[in-house]
Amino acid sequence: MSLTQGMKAKQLLAYYQAKNDEDARKAKERGDLVCWSASVAPPEFCITMGIEMVYPETHAAGIGAKKGAMDMLDVAERKGYNIDCCSYGRVNMGYMECLKEAAMTGVKPEVLVNSPAADVPLPDLVITCNNICNTLLKWYENLAAELDIPCIVIDVPFNHTMPIPEYAKAYIADQFRNAIAQLEVICGKPFDWKKFKEVKDQTQRSVYHWNRIADMAQYKPSPLNGFDLFNYMALIVACRSKDYAEITFKAFADELEENLKAGVYAFKGAEKTRIQWEGIAVWPHLGHTFKTLKNLGSIMTGTAYPALWDLHYDADDESLHSMAEAYTRIYINTCLSNKVEVLMGIMEKGKIDGTIYHLNRSCKLMSFLNVETAEIIKERNGKPYVSFDGDQTDPRVYSPAQYETRVQALVEMMEANMAAAE
Amino acid sequence: MSKVETILSQLKDIAANPKKAMDDFKAETGKGAVGVMPIYAPEEMIHATGFLPMGLWGAQGKTVSKARTYLPAFACSIMQQIMELQCEGAYDDLSAVLFSVPCDTLKCLSQKWKGTSPVIVFTHPQNRGLEAANQFLVTEYELVKEQLEHYLDVKITNAALENSIAIYNENRAVMREFVKVAADYPQVIDAVSRHAVFKARQFMLKEKHTALVKELIEEVKAMPVQPWDGKKVVVTGILLEPNELLDIFNEFKLAIVDDDLAQESRQIRVDVIDGEEGPLYRMAKAWQKMYGCSVATDTKKGRGKMLINKVAQTNADAVIVAMMKFCDPEEWDYPVMYREFEEKGIKNLMIEVDQEVSSFEQVKTRLQSFVEML
Ligand code: SF4
Ligand code: SF4
Repeated sequence: MSLTQGMKAKQLLAYYQAKNDEDARKAKERGDLVCWSASVAPPEFCITMGIEMVYPETHAAGIGAKKGAMDMLDVAERKGYNIDCCSYGRVNMGYMECLKEAAMTGVKPEVLVNSPAADVPLPDLVITCNNICNTLLKWYENLAAELDIPCIVIDVPFNHTMPIPEYAKAYIADQFRNAIAQLEVICGKPFDWKKFKEVKDQTQRSVYHWNRIADMAQYKPSPLNGFDLFNYMALIVACRSKDYAEITFKAFADELEENLKAGVYAFKGAEKTRIQWEGIAVWPHLGHTFKTLKNLGSIMTGTAYPALWDLHYDADDESLHSMAEAYTRIYINTCLSNKVEVLMGIMEKGKIDGTIYHLNRSCKLMSFLNVETAEIIKERNGKPYVSFDGDQTDPRVYSPAQYETRVQALVEMMEANMAAAE
Repeated sequence: MSKVETILSQLKDIAANPKKAMDDFKAETGKGAVGVMPIYAPEEMIHATGFLPMGLWGAQGKTVSKARTYLPAFACSIMQQIMELQCEGAYDDLSAVLFSVPCDTLKCLSQKWKGTSPVIVFTHPQNRGLEAANQFLVTEYELVKEQLEHYLDVKITNAALENSIAIYNENRAVMREFVKVAADYPQVIDAVSRHAVFKARQFMLKEKHTALVKELIEEVKAMPVQPWDGKKVVVTGILLEPNELLDIFNEFKLAIVDDDLAQESRQIRVDVIDGEEGPLYRMAKAWQKMYGCSVATDTKKGRGKMLINKVAQTNADAVIVAMMKFCDPEEWDYPVMYREFEEKGIKNLMIEVDQEVSSFEQVKTRLQSFVEML
């Protein structure tokens, strides 16, 4: 009987997250390869090659959520990293420096011993993709330089004009083939195209069940608490090409469907308003961001960020153009008007009354178009919005008082809107 | 005034009054100007239309107020200034603006131009070693070309483009020569003058700039080389402005013997090669050949080594990192460079460049104690 028999989705999530890290540690012990990867870089090639994957953004988010970010940020700062660099990157560079020191001296530095960070091994190679930001190019350049290891780059050019042109897909698909060739050299063995097909199919099944979860927010009242997407995200990032993600998401989606049938909703008591969350979660203060909304009768039923991993493509397409398209159409890699369309679609589907914009000190790409995006959307659908200052892992930026005031204001505007509509 | 002084003062005037340079050009030629956002653009294409390419590199000391609505305080200093100028309508005389997006800030900014000029956006490929990247960029350039032709109502012929490429290549070569001359004659070309020669080329037709700089080089080289009793530095960063800041270099006798500034030597680092291929392809190839820049992806991270070589070649005493405030690509490069400098025992100092400030006391103190240490 399998260990996971009878586990609820929540238990599966914890189990597979831990198991994925363990897979990486074991691979390292065996002398097999470990790759660190940008969160929306394609894992399909490495997984096909039998390489274990570690995701620094998810890893850093975990450190942030467990209140361990400051120590790692300090290590990075001592190495010369400015507070202006993305805090995921700084936490990760701090962690990497600790591991490097441990590897060189045989002694774990004090900060690492005391850190709540999940134990993951140093990489033998890294893979990055700039579909969510060019910061990931800079960060991975540094990892490759500091560890003197190969870096695979998948460059998905910013789509300043939509729809995505064929020549962009051709360029990306060519890089996929190049990445395969690089891996053949790194691994010293030929690429297994049959296995590749299976990995692509697996990825598509994970994505399918991931989307089933997000779909549950369309019901009013909603069986899904949108913040759960933030919790389950770890697996769509780190395990989408393994069955870990599929098994967990299927279980969760099934549970949600049953709840819907049984009339069990996420909000105990009646949900009064429904909000869209735009931007990354504030990991060190996740509980506070959630509870503040909850206390005001508001539920989150739409967020584009977890939907970045809606990486559906045609797994049979040997030109790889379909896969290229999936990896480049990420809404923050497209022009403003497409970004607006995507968010409006999410609002419509989630029956959203208003939006909270996270002005993220770490993330320029997910901050510098907020004003324009918010204004256009408000103009078009009349839904109010507020913005608050935060950071996904540097705990110093977020102010609970400011957040509360802003959310309060949003709830008042949403309620006034609803009253006027009645 | 000596010939050298006359030329320098002419270039300083142009560098200080871009608006006048543009208006004079318009009056003289009846043609307009096209803005070029930092850092890289196929400027040769604009030149081939007969319009004047104008570099947009912010302003100094402008209080950011209108731009605050659209940009949080942690956007890089230069883009804050540019956004402020957009809001004020300072760029509305431009017939178009060419906009590349090699960093996250520029991607966003490309979508929110507040002025009235049409904006032409294109993306540089970052997996630059691949032939597919060249092909991608050729198509982007073709689209840029079409849009320029449309907005400016001019046809860009291959002959015109080849002519512009030759003019640009010559200007780049002359400027590389100028860098060497400035290093040999810091008594004649001080930090302020050196910068003016570079800055003026952002606001002039390159053939005119080339002619002046050639003349300047000739005049300077006719003088005997004098021993330099100050120190020599290599500077790196996005830009090193304003003159008040460069005056401090002069005051402490810090000669800039080479630079890796985006506004200066990165613009002249690589040429468009000759060859059988079409001009757009060869221009795309120039991006492939670019190196040592924070927005041109390099998984080998060669920038620090490049700077270390520059120090060796010029016999410099130190590297000064001019860090554009809130520029994350440059901030990401810094720790690796810093480690490499320290490992090689190369003295280095980072100073912050903030286009909004107008007081330089702090930088002065830091530079002073640094010079004393050299
Ligand atoms: S938080 Fe923003 S800048 Fe940092 S890795 Fe994510 S997308 Fe990139
Ligand atoms: S962040 Fe740096 S590279 Fe990007 S626009 Fe600002 S100064 Fe230029």
